Amino acid sequence: MANIISDETMEYVGILAKLELSEEEKEQAKSDMGKMLDYIDKLNELDTSNVEPMSHVFPVNNVFREDVVTNGDDRENILKNAPGVKEGAFKVPKTVE
Amino acid sequence: MSLMSLTAVELGKKIKAKEVTVKEAVEAAIAQIEKSEDTLNCYVTVDKEGALKKAEEVQKLIDDGTLTGPLAGVPVAIKDNMCTKDMLTTCSSKILSNFVPTYTAEAVVNLEKAGAVILGKTNMDEFAMGSTNETSAYGAVKNPWNTEHVPGGSSGGSCAAVAAEECSYALGSDTGGSIRQPSSFCGVTGIKPTYGTVSRYGLIAYGSSLDQIGPVAKDVTDCATILEAIASYDPKDSTSVKREDYDFTSALVDDVKGLKIGIPKAYFGEGLDKEVKEAVLAAAKVLEEKGAIVEEFDLGLVDYAIPAYYVIAAAEASSNLSRFDGVKYGYRTEDYEGLHNMYKKTRSEGFGAEVKRRIMLGSFVLSSGYYDAYYLKALRTKALIKKEFDKAFEKYDVILGPAAPTTAPKLGDSLSDPIKMYLGDIYTISVNLAGLPGISVPCGNDSKGLPIGLQLIGDCFKEKNIIRAAYAYEQTGSYKRPGMLEE
Repeated sequence: MANIISDETMEYVGILAKLELSEEEKEQAKSDMGKMLDYIDKLNELDTSNVEPMSHVFPVNNVFREDVVTNGDDRENILKNAPGVKEGAFKVPKTVE
Repeated sequence: MSLMSLTAVELGKKIKAKEVTVKEAVEAAIAQIEKSEDTLNCYVTVDKEGALKKAEEVQKLIDDGTLTGPLAGVPVAIKDNMCTKDMLTTCSSKILSNFVPTYTAEAVVNLEKAGAVILGKTNMDEFAMGSTNETSAYGAVKNPWNTEHVPGGSSGGSCAAVAAEECSYALGSDTGGSIRQPSSFCGVTGIKPTYGTVSRYGLIAYGSSLDQIGPVAKDVTDCATILEAIASYDPKDSTSVKREDYDFTSALVDDVKGLKIGIPKAYFGEGLDKEVKEAVLAAAKVLEEKGAIVEEFDLGLVDYAIPAYYVIAAAEASSNLSRFDGVKYGYRTEDYEGLHNMYKKTRSEGFGAEVKRRIMLGSFVLSSGYYDAYYLKALRTKALIKKEFDKAFEKYDVILGPAAPTTAPKLGDSLSDPIKMYLGDIYTISVNLAGLPGISVPCGNDSKGLPIGLQLIGDCFKEKNIIRAAYAYEQTGSYKRPGMLEE
């Protein structure tokens, strides 16, 4: 396996992904990611030096509209699925000491 | 003959002619669901009461002449990644186990305007990430042709439900083959439309630049009719395209004389099952005998589509799935210390293994230091792949190949080796990268009796070419549905 994923990398990716893996999951994820990156390295066979990255197949442009409110106050609906609600707002754990 | 063995359009005609009431149609679907659902597990949610109530409303609108379309009163199943107001929408994930949307996806709204009656929500691979339906948090779906085999994925519940006649038709979504591959495995017909044709508003995003909603049904006529109903320009989806025409049913013409069909040599190489190969080439022969011009050609870069896809799809997934954080909707972990710990625990407990695998990979390829080498490299490869298809469509109207390299694998055989599973998407994935339309139609069964799918790929906005070719093939009757589902 050409791509060896270090514990530090896994730790860092876990922070970015907001995922906490168990020790067992971590080992599995390390090996899976290494294998997948080995496979993805196949792309290096291609010379893409003069190719623009294509994020969309059609030339999509920004879709502008007048800044006019078209929807009503939907607060009740928006909060309907929230695990925690307080005084018409999403409730989260304390974030500042 | 049961009402459920009719196609959606046939049933719609009977309802219109007052030979069948909407209630009778819905009751027939529910009876079939109650009969086979314990074995197959096609649905996450069945809304019997809601469907019966809706049946009455739709019947009134048909009777008073408000609803006159071909799908009025016909019962449908919706993949569980499309939001449906007041109906549980889980994406087959624990993290959305309690999510009841307060609005409905645009494609489903369009169907409701056409008089559709929603039976429920179909099972799928969690967040549409998988090719077997085994990654669902609500149990695997079984293939109705042989319950030891998978139905394919990720729209496995939708395709199995159509095959088992637990609905008259269904909606699926296709990010890398998720409509065409399970359609192939279940012996039904499915279309992935040109990117931007069907609004993604209300479709829970996986890979936004690749995702498209499409129809799954018993035949090509149904698929064209359903696509006509769901396709629309929608300002709520910023990638929605204003097409010149939204007419697909006029392509239901039994004539392929002069239609130029190209067969990519690379689609028939190593890894392709012999029986699948024979059935697909036999279908090409049928089209040739009907007057199509069929020839082989070299389509480049076939082997680079899967690695490019998995980088792009994982990157977009890692970004799209960051919204599931236990704050706005869905599951929240019980015990936590502070906000970040709550996020982490919620997500780690709420997502399954395959979803985590792709979020991790996506976060990695987007991280600083790797972004150019992986993510931009994949986007450059995508540009090259698109160019290869542009070249091919200068010469051909339709590209013909298999939908999948094999028939449905056995349950439990695929998940252990992710690369092997991903290789199963080799014929479908590049279609999503290039934004093209593709259809899978049944073209045979292997010696085990499992269905084989023929894939026809068209140029962007040229659905009509693939619908015409698929319809003409279907009309020859060269593929006969074995009666195994009749029992």
